[in-house]
Amino acid sequence: MKALELSCFAVTALFVLLGGLFTVAARNPIRSVMGLLTAIVGIAGMYLMLAAEFLAAMQILVYAGAVVVLFIFVIMLLGPSAMSPRDARSAIPRYIGAGVFLAASAGALALVLATGGPATLPPQAPAALGTIEGLGRELFTDGIVPFELSGALLLVAVVGAVAVARGKQLDPTLQPRAPAVGAPDAAAPKAKELHS
Amino acid sequence: MTSIPIEYFLAVAAALFATGAVGFLLRRNLLVLLMSIELMLNAVNLTLVSYNRIYPHNHGGQIFSFFVIAIAAAEAAVGLAIVLAFYRIRKTVRSDEADLLRN
Repeated sequence: MKALELSCFAVTALFVLLGGLFTVAARNPIRSVMGLLTAIVGIAGMYLMLAAEFLAAMQILVYAGAVVVLFIFVIMLLGPSAMSPRDARSAIPRYIGAGVFLAASAGALALVLATGGPATLPPQAPAALGTIEGLGRELFTDGIVPFELSGALLLVAVVGAVAVARGKQLDPTLQPRAPAVGAPDAAAPKAKELHS
Repeated sequence: MTSIPIEYFLAVAAALFATGAVGFLLRRNLLVLLMSIELMLNAVNLTLVSYNRIYPHNHGGQIFSFFVIAIAAAEAAVGLAIVLAFYRIRKTVRSDEADLLRN
């Protein structure tokens, strides 16, 4: 039984870590998205091990079903220019910053490991932990205000995303669309206004 | 599943957070930056759910990570809309090119 649980954990941890590394290291954004998907599925498996069934379902629905598909849509929309060209300009400060962060996190991990306390085995969970009934009962009693507020937030985010992405050319510094050859003269003053 | 120490999950979450943060600092593709943010949010969620497993008398951690998932979805939608608007101006998704406020 213990070996089975450990192997389940090892598989999901491998998914999470390799997926995360692939997300960060892949050159093509589509491969990055596939790495993100792998990591998300692995984390959903970990939620199942941690008695969070409802969250595991939400993870698959919201992340793998909505966020990853949104990323893929945008990458497909951008086409080949989604893959930014590589150059060495201003790469050194980035590597310094990332190296400092990596060293700091490794140092923190070493400090935590040096304390060397006994491993914490999780206690027997109550039957309602993480089920839809248990989580929903708490969400609709103690957490009802943030729940309703998050609904308002999602509405604002949808309206804002549409307003930002719709792309009306309001910025006068942008290149206006060149008028077609032989277009009626009525289009010419508008183009001049955009230029000025 | 009561035979795996909770520290294992915390270690995986910490490694995932470090991966996402290093990716955020190193990469220059705006799409990959957004994906790194998602990785970090996922790592935090995993930590919250792990601690909720040790203190199972209420659902505090799970409810918190539920809200984090909702906010991450909103953030991805708005962030990708901004990437699209930026691409429309500069015809690229490199974060270095985002210098419209310079001068």
